[in-house]
Amino acid sequence: MDPLALTLIELGAVVFCLGLLARLAGRIAMSPIPLYLLGGLAFGAGGIVKLEGMHEFAHISSEIGVILLLLMLGLEYTATELFTGLRRSWQGGVLDLVLNFLPGAALAYLLGWGGVGAMVLGGVTYISSSGIAAKVITDLGRLGNRETPVVLSILVFEDLAMAVYLPVLTTILAGVSFLGGLTSVGIALAVVSVVLMVALRHGHHVSRAVHSENSEVFLLNVLGAALLVAGLASAMQVSAAVGAFLLGIAISGATAHNATRILEPLRDLFAAIFFVAFGLNTDPSSIPPVLGWALVLAVITAATKMVTGVWAAKRAGIARRGRFRAGAALIARGEFSIVIAGLAVASGAVPNELAALATAYVLIMAVLGPLAARYVEPLVGAAGGGRQGVPAKA
Amino acid sequence: MNVDETNLPGLGLRKDFMTASGRRIGVVELREGQTELIISTWDDPDTCQASIPLTSDEAATLGNLLGGQHLAMKLTEEHKDYPGIVTRQFSIAPDSPFQNQPMGKACIRTRCGVSIVAIMREGEVLPSPGPDAVLHTGDLLVAVGTQEGLDAAADILRHG
Repeated sequence: MDPLALTLIELGAVVFCLGLLARLAGRIAMSPIPLYLLGGLAFGAGGIVKLEGMHEFAHISSEIGVILLLLMLGLEYTATELFTGLRRSWQGGVLDLVLNFLPGAALAYLLGWGGVGAMVLGGVTYISSSGIAAKVITDLGRLGNRETPVVLSILVFEDLAMAVYLPVLTTILAGVSFLGGLTSVGIALAVVSVVLMVALRHGHHVSRAVHSENSEVFLLNVLGAALLVAGLASAMQVSAAVGAFLLGIAISGATAHNATRILEPLRDLFAAIFFVAFGLNTDPSSIPPVLGWALVLAVITAATKMVTGVWAAKRAGIARRGRFRAGAALIARGEFSIVIAGLAVASGAVPNELAALATAYVLIMAVLGPLAARYVEPLVGAAGGGRQGVPAKA
Repeated sequence: MNVDETNLPGLGLRKDFMTASGRRIGVVELREGQTELIISTWDDPDTCQASIPLTSDEAATLGNLLGGQHLAMKLTEEHKDYPGIVTRQFSIAPDSPFQNQPMGKACIRTRCGVSIVAIMREGEVLPSPGPDAVLHTGDLLVAVGTQEGLDAAADILRHG
């Protein structure tokens, strides 16, 4: 068959299947991410059907998907929100980092994946899915709850941590020498801090530069700027995703709202392709051997997120039920864990089992998280006078 | 009255206060512009019993109802020494002949001796509106007069 025709047919079939999966996810009120991953596993190497034609498109699309995911994450928060959030909740944020990074890193060492593997898997287990958490909070009518600002400020801290973590990870994955690595990490951190400061003071200039009343012009401006900044960041070894994230932070106010609205469908499309592409590159037969470890990691890191949430909510003066709700809302891992694993796999610096473990882990956590958030209250209630500070069975 | 404002990063702004009966009540203004009315449960001020999405029209109407009630209660209190004087609220229905018309056109004071002392619109009070104040659908008029006069005024506003 004509290669173009084959590509179109495969792409069309995949996107159509994604539509069906997203509808199914909506029907059973869960995040579509695990279904996209499963879809990718089914179509990929060693899966049910093998897709060859769309490989190139899937590759570049998933890069764009990551850029859009991070850009939209940056758009969500203004620089001011990030800094006030940081000042108010850094203790909770640091506890979150320590408790949730260590289990992943420790397991990577245990499985003999070395320092690079530890850095990657620690990131995978650390970062909660702000997308799933925000949706759970809205869907369960918890917007007005007192623990919600606590949850959100921890998510804000995680996102700032990502801005530092991703450039460092990119450098480590590139496998440069210690001294060279130190230099590029230094450059990366300097760039990140400069951009954050500029965003704080002069964000409105950036907003004005991309702003337009015409939605078509606006879309092209924002998308073009994002890809340009991502490309430049990538050339400077800062990681494309972080470039997009920083641009997102710099754009603020009404421009940011409009950009979010206009980019959402694009993000949904390209991020879906990114999740599928990640699944495509993972051999389904590599999952069963690591499933046990994924489960162990899931149980431990569900508990550590719970402890984080309970502790932070307690500090904010929230009563017992609210504390457990805060912990449960943080459990879900999703898009950004896959982004981290995806970066690692693309660099070839980590074994394939790590991708399989990350896939299995996110599959579990993206399903477990929302369920835990929904049922933590009845569970805690049923436990009656259960001791405080001890994680509920999630 | 002390209203707490809490930033919800990425989502919006929560404004609420504690009622004398121990419930937290307020609104969440979402980034996308919607408003949610929130009410905490009776036993736990951390938990919301209800989180009700309101369109901007609905929010404005609710604001008028609550604010209008407050104004009417105050006026009634002030007039209680004058028997026969009553305060009442009229809302301008979408089919009122006076919507988008200056209030003076209805000639309410001339025809039934009723004074419109305030117009509540989108949660704001326009005190002592003049005859050229334009009426809109959803406006709440606070009127003072005799029982019969107010009945007549209601009829005029509804049917012209």
